[in-house]
Amino acid sequence: MHPIVKFVAQRILLGLVLLFAASIMIFAGTQILPGDVAQSILGQSATEQALANLRAELGLNDPLVTRYLDWLTAALQGDLGTALTNGQDIATSMGQRLGNTLFLAGWAALISIPLAITLGLIAVRYAGKWPDKLISAVTLTTVSIPEFLLGYIVMFYFAVQWRLFPSVSTVYDGMPLLDKLNAIALPVMVLVMVVLGHMMRMTRAAILNVMQSAYIETAELKGLRPFTIIRKHAFPNAIAPIVNVVMLNMAYLVVGVVVVEVVFVYPGMGQYLVDHVAKRDVPVVQACGLVFAAVYIGLNMLADVIAILANPRLRHPK
Amino acid sequence: MSDELRYYLNRTVLGRMPRRAFLGRAMALGLTAAGANTMLASGLRAQEPVKGGTMKLGMQGGGSTDSLDPGLASNQVTFQICKLIGDPLVELDPNGGPVIPRLAEEVTSDDTATVWTFRIRKGVKFHNGATMTPADVVATVERHSDEESKSGALGVVKGIKEMKVDGDNVVMTLEAPNADFPYLMADYHLVVQPNGGKDDPTSGIGTGAYKIVVNEPGVRHVFEKFDEYFDESMGHVDTVEITVINDNTARTSALQSGQVHYINRIDPKVAGLLDRAPTVTVTQASGKGHYVFIMHCDTAPFDNNDLRLALKYAINREEMVEKILRGYGSVGNDFPINAAYPLFPEGIEQRTYDPDKAKFHYEKSGHSGPITLRTSDVAFSGALDATALFQQSAAAAGIELEIKREPGDGYWTDVWNVQPFCASYWGGRPVQDQMYSTAYMSTADWNDTRFKDPAFDKLLQEAKGELDEAKRKEMYREMAMMVRDEGGLICPMFNDFVSAHSENLQGWIDDPNQDNMNGYVAHKCWIS
Repeated sequence: MHPIVKFVAQRILLGLVLLFAASIMIFAGTQILPGDVAQSILGQSATEQALANLRAELGLNDPLVTRYLDWLTAALQGDLGTALTNGQDIATSMGQRLGNTLFLAGWAALISIPLAITLGLIAVRYAGKWPDKLISAVTLTTVSIPEFLLGYIVMFYFAVQWRLFPSVSTVYDGMPLLDKLNAIALPVMVLVMVVLGHMMRMTRAAILNVMQSAYIETAELKGLRPFTIIRKHAFPNAIAPIVNVVMLNMAYLVVGVVVVEVVFVYPGMGQYLVDHVAKRDVPVVQACGLVFAAVYIGLNMLADVIAILANPRLRHPK
Repeated sequence: MSDELRYYLNRTVLGRMPRRAFLGRAMALGLTAAGANTMLASGLRAQEPVKGGTMKLGMQGGGSTDSLDPGLASNQVTFQICKLIGDPLVELDPNGGPVIPRLAEEVTSDDTATVWTFRIRKGVKFHNGATMTPADVVATVERHSDEESKSGALGVVKGIKEMKVDGDNVVMTLEAPNADFPYLMADYHLVVQPNGGKDDPTSGIGTGAYKIVVNEPGVRHVFEKFDEYFDESMGHVDTVEITVINDNTARTSALQSGQVHYINRIDPKVAGLLDRAPTVTVTQASGKGHYVFIMHCDTAPFDNNDLRLALKYAINREEMVEKILRGYGSVGNDFPINAAYPLFPEGIEQRTYDPDKAKFHYEKSGHSGPITLRTSDVAFSGALDATALFQQSAAAAGIELEIKREPGDGYWTDVWNVQPFCASYWGGRPVQDQMYSTAYMSTADWNDTRFKDPAFDKLLQEAKGELDEAKRKEMYREMAMMVRDEGGLICPMFNDFVSAHSENLQGWIDDPNQDNMNGYVAHKCWIS
């Protein structure tokens, strides 16, 4: 078997084992949440009788292992169950939220990744000079400001003062694409600012590292132009660490943007998860956890595979 | 017209600014007296409802866990949805008068206030085209009073012994007399559904002025005018859109940037600033909700009335209203009732901050050492600050309060009604009887102060059956005094409902019963 196929197969298998382990953690984690599901659903104004009825109906009195196995078997068959709180089918309602999240993350990635890499290349080209310092300063500033504050700042200027974009980013099915893009303009702006610094700095560091190598010096001595050296000789050899950090940021865009979602009222996964955690809606929390874990593991696996493929030593074994 | 002038005009039309003051401002801004008068007249004429358009409400208090089952409604958004899609039998009066007929045209009782007859309105249609019948009313109440029920109105309807349909009437017989029974039937959970919602509680079908067309819990809900609504005086706009905006800053931004016409629950910290924006009007309605510190009367050291009194004298109510509510509220008097309630007992002496008296009672109680007070930011908005203020004012009287900050998660399960001394809040109830029955009767589930006084219970029972209002008011005074002087409740403040709307939303009236003009903002207001 070609070693690459073996490597990739190994990675995928490892990913599945990780996912299984994650499912156990998620299930265990949801069991140790403080508070009581029934009380959380019915709120402060619930009577004892109503609470007891609801607990019995939700099967909260069954043993743990039974509940885990039931849940896992159903989940493997694509049945995530129904939400305890409002009785909606989890797969359907979560599918919509996941679609929204991917839409937002997708646009943020589409803008931020090329921008970060380009800025990183420029920073390397002018390393130590003012363009490098300017780029670093700006991106480090935006990455250092908490997301909610960035959100409030762009909201204040772009929505309240100048009225260019809406401050409420609610999107829904059947909304024309252009309206959707207009709606998510501000959250995308914030997300780009949040992830840009990390990716740009990594690109810069990885390429600068390669630039120390002897073959770069050779290329310089050949008389190649600095940008050509970076693009043709340095960048391909720095792909592995760059891809890693890009994937990490993409995973963050999918699973970690709850603050931005709340500030801009965007109906994504994060808000959905938080609402259900607050109400102790365990099936939904577990389903979300599973999806998040799958996204995280999947993207990291992809990064590994790309890194393997980008490595000539692995691609052409002796 | 300048923004400033329009702002003043708006306030004058709402009755918040005297006409004379408006004319003065208008002339200061360069208008002639005649011009200002004309403007005022046209401003007042603009109070005629405008039909059509979309009203957008940006609301706090919704989540993706929300259900359309009225019985499970427990937050601001689901409350508002109940009011839009359905009607209860009767409704509370914004001015504190007798109940207003809705699906019941008339309410009568026998001499003992035990048998209540509701004459049900004829020809009212459900959104699915069916006609609402007295049987639907009975089925609705049955569903909410079912022992298996998870309804939030279970406590309200469990006192009904028997119900029957009698022609156009529904006759309800109570376990015990209750002169306030009609007020209880105004509960928002009790909107009438086809067959009481027994077939499909989450269908969203009711008799209401608006039918639900989009339901994305925690995101948005869209409603369209129901053409066959029985009450033509209500429901001016064609479409109502609720967008759930739980973040305070996002909500105010949405209003300021014109994306919504109305927002609820404004943080008192920003209300004053927001009110300065020329195109926005901040409204406050003195509600029945109150922020409290509760002591268990049966747990040491709080089983000593002198210690309770010491703590009651050791809190600075005025300071809290000023610093926590920023004036958007009023001081409490250690009983859970304020002037927003019918039959409010006036003239009870206001308890004030008195370190000397606090010290006197503290020493008399014989207690020493720190007293643990539990708090959390979910107890009420500003609870952590309020607790710190309490600690300071108590320290001045020589009482040491040890503050224990609890996580918001699980506060209502593990701390409230469990720990002997903590911060909390109460939403109001329509009538005094219900407030006392819910939390101050010896046997009440939520007697969160463990106040158990047979004399109080007896008085509460007697008041229920007393149809003479003057006598009942006297009884309520006695009960208020008992809770105030012997109870475990420290009630520093009643919070107002603070909300804001843009200038093109008109027809606003203050309603102390609930948020959003008691849920009628979309029925009674219009967009010009």
